[in-house]
Amino acid sequence: MSTGATVIAGCALVTFAIKAAGPVALGGRELPVWFISVVVLLAPALLAALVATQALAEGDRLAVGADTAGVAAGGLVAWRSGSIVACVLVAAATTAALRAL
Amino acid sequence: MAGGLLSLSFGVVAQEAGLSALEAIVMSAIVYAGSAQFSAIAILAQGGGVGAAITAAALMNSRFLPMGVALAPSLRGGPLKRALQGQAVVDASWALAARPDGSFDRMLLFGSSAVQYVTWVTGTTIGAIWGEALGNPKDLGLDALFPAFFLALLLNEARSGRARGVAALGALIALALVPVAPPGVPVLVASVAALAGLTRGAREAAAQRQEAEGEPR
Repeated sequence: MSTGATVIAGCALVTFAIKAAGPVALGGRELPVWFISVVVLLAPALLAALVATQALAEGDRLAVGADTAGVAAGGLVAWRSGSIVACVLVAAATTAALRAL
Repeated sequence: MAGGLLSLSFGVVAQEAGLSALEAIVMSAIVYAGSAQFSAIAILAQGGGVGAAITAAALMNSRFLPMGVALAPSLRGGPLKRALQGQAVVDASWALAARPDGSFDRMLLFGSSAVQYVTWVTGTTIGAIWGEALGNPKDLGLDALFPAFFLALLLNEARSGRARGVAALGALIALALVPVAPPGVPVLVASVAALAGLTRGAREAAAQRQEAEGEPR
């Protein structure tokens, strides 16, 4: 197999295994309250980590840029209006406008 | 929309890293994990080996482990069926389908993933074939779309003081690890912030929610 084909096959296999692991190991049965109590908090922890790493970092260093300001502006809109659509539109428009300056 | 433009740029970048147009399209069709695809391709473009490229993709995807754990109690059926249902997890649909009580709207998860899959593969195809003619997505501010979307979901869903504290802790952990850990790992490790659910107050709140729902999950 070529390098490209090997990398593609390898990535497909590890991705399948990682996505299957949780549902196979833990699905289809009742789980104790303490476990659910942790699971409820996984969403805020992971969402906040995704926001922070995408808006405040470039590769392996911390970086503040036009996208940081755009995401902050979008967050303000989401907080005041609760609208997800308005939030992402304001974020992209702000970022693009700052880059065009 | 953002996913579509990201997939266009994947079609372009993959060929710059030495993949054929067909390989780029096949990769989007069978891997279907944008950030992992981009990181594997980045390693190849830097002259890295097959093992390094696959490891980078695996680390980038490691965040799907806690996401799959969170989703697991909401899935039904045997292990194979659950394994296949778990493939629907991508950041945006997982976040959309998450309910504040910790359960997941399965139909919303599958539906939004199906739409994104079609967009992702179509976009890669267009990018791989006509990529040269497209502009830079960054000029349109599209790199701000996903973090803004996740931030809006977070603000809408994390209503309790406990959830907000966990969110702040998760963000701090991830940022602290960015300079020292491989890409993908900071988000994975940030999930330990959810262990705040083990405190007595959090367990009591979860038990009350279960009683209020009237049926065990």
